[in-house]
Amino acid sequence: MKIINEMRLDFWSRPENEALARMVISAFIMPVNPTLEQLGDVKTAVSEAVTNAIVHGYREAKGLVRLRASLDEAGGLSVEIADKGRGIEDVDKARRPFFTTMEDSERSGMGFTVMESFMDQVEVISQLNSGTIVRMTKRLAPAPVLAREA
Amino acid sequence: MLDYEKRNGTVCVRLSGELDHRRAEAIRPELDGLIADPGVRRLVFDFAGLEFMDSSGIGMLIGRYKLMRSRGGSVAVMPGGRRVERLMELSGLYEIIEKLA
Ligand SMILES: Nc1ncnc2c1ncn2[C@@H]1O[C@H](COP(=O)(O)OP(=O)(O)O)[C@@H](O)[C@H]1O
Ligand SMILES: [Mg+2]
Repeated sequence: MKIINEMRLDFWSRPENEALARMVISAFIMPVNPTLEQLGDVKTAVSEAVTNAIVHGYREAKGLVRLRASLDEAGGLSVEIADKGRGIEDVDKARRPFFTTMEDSERSGMGFTVMESFMDQVEVISQLNSGTIVRMTKRLAPAPVLAREA
Repeated sequence: MLDYEKRNGTVCVRLSGELDHRRAEAIRPELDGLIADPGVRRLVFDFAGLEFMDSSGIGMLIGRYKLMRSRGGSVAVMPGGRRVERLMELSGLYEIIEKLA
């Protein structure tokens, strides 16, 4: 599929950048006219992955979080959130609903479940003491048939 | 900073804007200060003006639920918009927290 736009943003692992990442990804997908539902889904999923990089990856120490995204000509979004933090010991376990390694700081363990419910695909690549990459895709463009009817 | 009302043992907190990890951390001390009063038996969150919430909001709610329950109190939520409700349903939170009409 032909890529029609691409972006990359690096930011410090500061909590105020959770909102920054949500704003940037919203603005990036705007040109393909996502529904409010799709916009909310993408914002929430990105917020989850960025928050994880900050609170788990770096445990709120200073580090860089990278947000990358691309759009293809069919309205397919691909988005990636990467950190060079602590990494995940057991990814399958981490993805289970309500699993958290930080219960005492009131994490709910629902972050990956939210990402999986709101996006079409979620891939997690992680290595202990080296970092984590979360790659997600979602088809945003409406079905061509419906578009023609309008 | 919190927009709240305290009456007859009930604290009602109106949350607007976005409830993410940063915001949850920011409001927690004030929230817990409010309900530290043993006379408070019930904590109500009004989500009508809430535009965004992620799983950090869920964690904050579960935390307050545990706190209130340990003292024999309760937590209730006045529902927000579609987005916020989708998260509430996904997490099954309404099985432990009362949903007000
Ligand atoms: N970027 C990351 N770096 C290190 N660990 C992570 C990262 N993302 C997730 N994790 C691990 O996966 C667990 C589950 O994540 P999640 O479902 O978002 O729940 P929560 O953030 O509420 O703990 C976390 O508790 C943490 O142990
Ligand atoms: Mg999380």
